[in-house]
Amino acid sequence: MKWRYLKQNLFFLMVRLSALTIAVAIGAFLFYIFYHGAGVISWSFLTEPPRDAMTKGGIMPAILGTFYLTLGALVIALPLGITSAVYLSEYAKQGPVVRIIRIGVNCLAGVPSIVFGLFGLGLFVVFLQFGSSIASGALTLGFLILPTVIGASEEALKAVPRTFREASLALGVSKWQTILRIVLPSALPGILTGSILGIGRAAGETAPIMFTAAAFFTPLLPKSIFDQVMALPYHVYVLATAGTHIEETRPIQYGTIVVLVALVLGINLVAIVIRSWIRKKKRW
Amino acid sequence: MQDNSTIIQCQNVNFYYGNFRALTDVTMDFEQNRVTALIGPSGCGKSTLLRLLNRMNDLIDGTRVEGRILFEGRDIYGNEVDPVEVRKRIGMVFQKPNPFPKSIFNNITYGPRLTGLHRKSDLEALVERSLKQASLWEEAKDILGQSAMMLSGGQQQRLCIARALAMKPDILLMDEPTSALDPISTAKIEELIDELKKQYTIIIVTHNMQQAARVSDCTGFFYLGKLIEFNPTEKLFTNPDEKQTEDYITGRFG
Repeated sequence: MKWRYLKQNLFFLMVRLSALTIAVAIGAFLFYIFYHGAGVISWSFLTEPPRDAMTKGGIMPAILGTFYLTLGALVIALPLGITSAVYLSEYAKQGPVVRIIRIGVNCLAGVPSIVFGLFGLGLFVVFLQFGSSIASGALTLGFLILPTVIGASEEALKAVPRTFREASLALGVSKWQTILRIVLPSALPGILTGSILGIGRAAGETAPIMFTAAAFFTPLLPKSIFDQVMALPYHVYVLATAGTHIEETRPIQYGTIVVLVALVLGINLVAIVIRSWIRKKKRW
Repeated sequence: MQDNSTIIQCQNVNFYYGNFRALTDVTMDFEQNRVTALIGPSGCGKSTLLRLLNRMNDLIDGTRVEGRILFEGRDIYGNEVDPVEVRKRIGMVFQKPNPFPKSIFNNITYGPRLTGLHRKSDLEALVERSLKQASLWEEAKDILGQSAMMLSGGQQQRLCIARALAMKPDILLMDEPTSALDPISTAKIEELIDELKKQYTIIIVTHNMQQAARVSDCTGFFYLGKLIEFNPTEKLFTNPDEKQTEDYITGRFG
């Protein structure tokens, strides 16, 4: 009998330790970054372009660039992802074709991001002649996060009770209206939850934008979606590997990472707030 | 209202889920402004038949209908028939109350709005009329803006009836509408059915034989996908033609 309790306690200890490990890892990671980078953050760091071969000045163009790219990726991935999910889970007759599409979506999720970068370079930059630009980068990132959005949307749609659909259809409301007015609104919090993951990924990826959108250095702000931009992850990459003053820019690298992490957390926070607001409004 | 003409005719209806034959050769007529009850043990096909009448079984993949179901003389499974139109005229109330996660007001106006009713005064009048018909008006008139999810189960079910009535259907199908409710709510719904049959044709599936005896004019007894007996309720429960019916209503099986 004692042995049984001992086993149980041992197991609980392991579970707790696992959870603790994750918390410690995240905490250590954040502490390390903020310890090195927080000192750099200042109003001028956030609002000024880099100066003196990027060893001084701020990172404003990169912040703005990442913001545009992420927003663009969402604008592309959300409508496309949600409508694809609606087709897959509501309209498509379950069969070999749908199965192949699903497998395709899952494969897409596993494709390394550098491959997306090369694909974007080939299709958007070269073939469609968008050049290295916000448009190309946002499209590439959009495709990158598409599987996440589709997967989350499908799960959310499936979670909508069948009784809601039946109730609406039994009133003589068409399938399309039922989806639009009953199913999608009920699924929206779930769709947003999944898309949060996509946002974080789009903001943080370097490889997909390397060839498609990111500029090594440009003090100018983009005037159209066909302009190149700087971006936070790429900026870090450049400063840490390709610059001529790697050691001198170390503080700026940490500062940039702090901003990137804060930005991703901020976007997530906004999405979480929207989600809980919608949930509260629904009350079920 | 005085005539009891036939409104729905089922002619040799067979229904299959894949290879499983759920209904065998069902032929029966439903009369206007009457309450018809369908009874029988679980899996006997009574709910399947009910869902055939407003084409809800269309939603299930791999099903097949044979025979004809005529609504006012027209086959509702005809090629040119739009199931959405059928469902507008033949409303349905489900076993579990299933209000939308919307306000009481919006639950009722949801359907009518989508079919072109937009004037605020019209919508308000419709809500009042429908709630009164479903005897929910007194309880709900001050909380129309509140979520329907806050109502009790019995109130929710009456809201679902009001929601169905707001589409001004001719027929109301009820699939075990009280099986998830307490006895008091059940009694309210049964009273309501009595009231509603003045204006609507009601077809109700029930597991509760007392309920069938209390509310219906005619009763059909189903067993293993077949219509065993279809007679006026009083006759079926006191002097059934079939031995199987007698065994079932006296509780010998099922």
